[in-house]
Amino acid sequence: SRTQENLVGRIDTLLLGKKQIDADTLEELEEILITADIGVATSVELIRTLEQRLKRNELQDGEALKRALREEILARLEKHAAPLDIASATPFVIVVIGVNGVGKTTTIGKLANRYALSGKRVLLAAADTFRAAAAEQLEIWGERAGVDVIRHQEGADPSAVVFDACKAALARKADLLIIDTAGRLHTKINLMEEMKKIRRVVGREIPGAPHETLLVLDAATGQNAISQAKLFKEAAEVSGVALTKLDGSAKGGIVVAVSNEFQLPVRYIGVGEGVDDLRDFEPQQFVAALFQ
Amino acid sequence: MFENLSDKLDLVFKKLRGQGVMTEENVKDALREVRLVLLEADVNFKVVKDFVEKVRSRAVGTEVLQSLTPGQQVIKIVHDELVALMGGGEDNSLDLAAKPPVAIMMVGLQGAGKTTTCGKLARYLKSQRRRPLLVPADVYRPAAIEQLKTLGRQLSIEVVDARADQDPVDICRNALQYAERSGFDTVIFDTAGRHQIDDFLMDELVRIKGAVEPREILFVADAMTGQEAVNVASGFNDRLDITGVVLTKLDGDAKGGAALSIKAVTGRPVKFAGIGEKLDALEVFHADRLVSRILGMGDVLTLVEKA
Ligand SMILES: Nc1nc2c(ncn2[C@@H]2O[C@H](COP(=O)(O)OP(=O)(O)OP(=O)(O)O)[C@@H](O)[C@H]2O)c(=O)[nH]1
Ligand SMILES: Nc1nc2c(ncn2[C@@H]2O[C@H](COP(=O)(O)OP(=O)(O)OP(=O)(O)O)[C@@H](O)[C@H]2O)c(=O)[nH]1
Ligand SMILES: [Mg+2]
Ligand SMILES: [Mg+2]
Repeated sequence: SRTQENLVGRIDTLLLGKKQIDADTLEELEEILITADIGVATSVELIRTLEQRLKRNELQDGEALKRALREEILARLEKHAAPLDIASATPFVIVVIGVNGVGKTTTIGKLANRYALSGKRVLLAAADTFRAAAAEQLEIWGERAGVDVIRHQEGADPSAVVFDACKAALARKADLLIIDTAGRLHTKINLMEEMKKIRRVVGREIPGAPHETLLVLDAATGQNAISQAKLFKEAAEVSGVALTKLDGSAKGGIVVAVSNEFQLPVRYIGVGEGVDDLRDFEPQQFVAALFQ
Repeated sequence: MFENLSDKLDLVFKKLRGQGVMTEENVKDALREVRLVLLEADVNFKVVKDFVEKVRSRAVGTEVLQSLTPGQQVIKIVHDELVALMGGGEDNSLDLAAKPPVAIMMVGLQGAGKTTTCGKLARYLKSQRRRPLLVPADVYRPAAIEQLKTLGRQLSIEVVDARADQDPVDICRNALQYAERSGFDTVIFDTAGRHQIDDFLMDELVRIKGAVEPREILFVADAMTGQEAVNVASGFNDRLDITGVVLTKLDGDAKGGAALSIKAVTGRPVKFAGIGEKLDALEVFHADRLVSRILGMGDVLTLVEKA
């Protein structure tokens, strides 16, 4: 049944009838962590830490083990947790990047709505000029949030859109400029170069920008998210993560690895397709859900 | 960074040299390595467990050959069993053997690649001298209808007119009648992305299915999907009885182990692979290629095949 298949259920099954925790138990626990999409390196690291705690006699029984595991995961997420402070620069510029279909445009729509509601002057840039109807999609989100969208024709140079958007943001005294980029797989060198160029144009037009490069990850993604984070970080100095689609059955375990291995804060979570379905990331709540 | 399975297994079998039989004992460590490789490739843990059991029972007691290291021998078993699990050799062609217009329905999670695959499939069918019609039945995602229309324009393939305030079931029913009247022989229905736990939207798919009686219901899955693939695929399959799978975004570096999970829980063949954003980036799926990708070992396999 379902409960036996989630993280806690499987740990419980593992511990069933075990009088004490030993190295074999921890080896099996390592596999269970990997299968919560927590990632191999982080799972191994967690197990090493638990081994030390075992040696210090801190893990008398199953409950203690589970508590320790929760603490260790939470500590790793909290270590990098930091909400985004968009008041630290004007205009504050966010470039949103990620692989295809993770939820970049939708997350931008939600962010625009949130900050427009809090009284900020928000501007959006449709720098995905490749995907069919990408700009139309962003425009609908702009309407929903009541904010303007700078766009060009399909097939136009994304850097040119970004150039115009930066000029417009300065001229209109925007507080926040959010740039939507086309989905791209992190292994495609030419597309990664195009993204770097977008960031260069932003930096030239607005010194100090982009202030945030937000990598969007899909909660249903498995181990590949680690490769995504690695290559996007190398190419674009990713500074934060948004985790989408947490309203489904996936728990997004992979952000534990991404946050831990690349020292990245998770800023937001997406919990639906509506304009209000964006939350700040709360490590406590996230770990609680992971263990539910 | 990337140690391959064959090196790891050779290390495990260091003690066993070109003689004797494989025992429970010396296969145990090798199987742990196999398990980890599969888990790292996102194959679901339950699928891995059953699979490793199969490999164990085949490996234990077999004689160690002169021509292969024991590691290579285990890999051969793993490879063959994975191809079998993936349905290697079975018919995975698109089934259009019905009275036209034949309906094909695309379903799956948000952002999996349904709309793009509709375009790719329409292009592919057109190249097969069929006359496809595209139907936008996603009234939820902003500009989803416009997205499909744009693809249709690029391909010179007709896309039915629809508005976001219409009922998706009506759109589909009307489109099928239109196709019949207008001599289209294949109709591809693009549906909105949804979670398998969303009862309202899953119900909508069931109603569309009832209205258009599709010959094919293709579950579109992202190759980067993790352990959840099992829950998602069984959720869709339980409600819709899918007929096949399209695995998208294989042009990246994802191993695509989710495909094994999906195949294991649905029993349905993967029919196509998406290998890019462009409309010609669609391939007929090959089980053995996916398996080599998961095991990360083109070269070792050629060696093994000679044995
Ligand atoms: N349920 C749910 N769906 C989401 C969430 N975020 C995005 N989506 C859906 O995911 C799909 C893809 O979202 P987009 O915003 O278009 O993704 P994208 O990253 O911009 O896609 P590309 O530009 O094509 O790379 C859409 O159907 C969205 O409605 C979320 O938090 N929950
Ligand atoms: N690299 C790559 N990208 C793909 C592939 N298939 C689809 N995409 C991209 O993935 C993103 C999502 O594709 P869509 O076709 O919009 O996905 P969808 O399932 O219709 O999304 P929703 O309708 O929002 O649920 C787009 O950016 C596509 O260009 C593929 O095989 N490779
Ligand atoms: Mg987008
Ligand atoms: Mg779509």
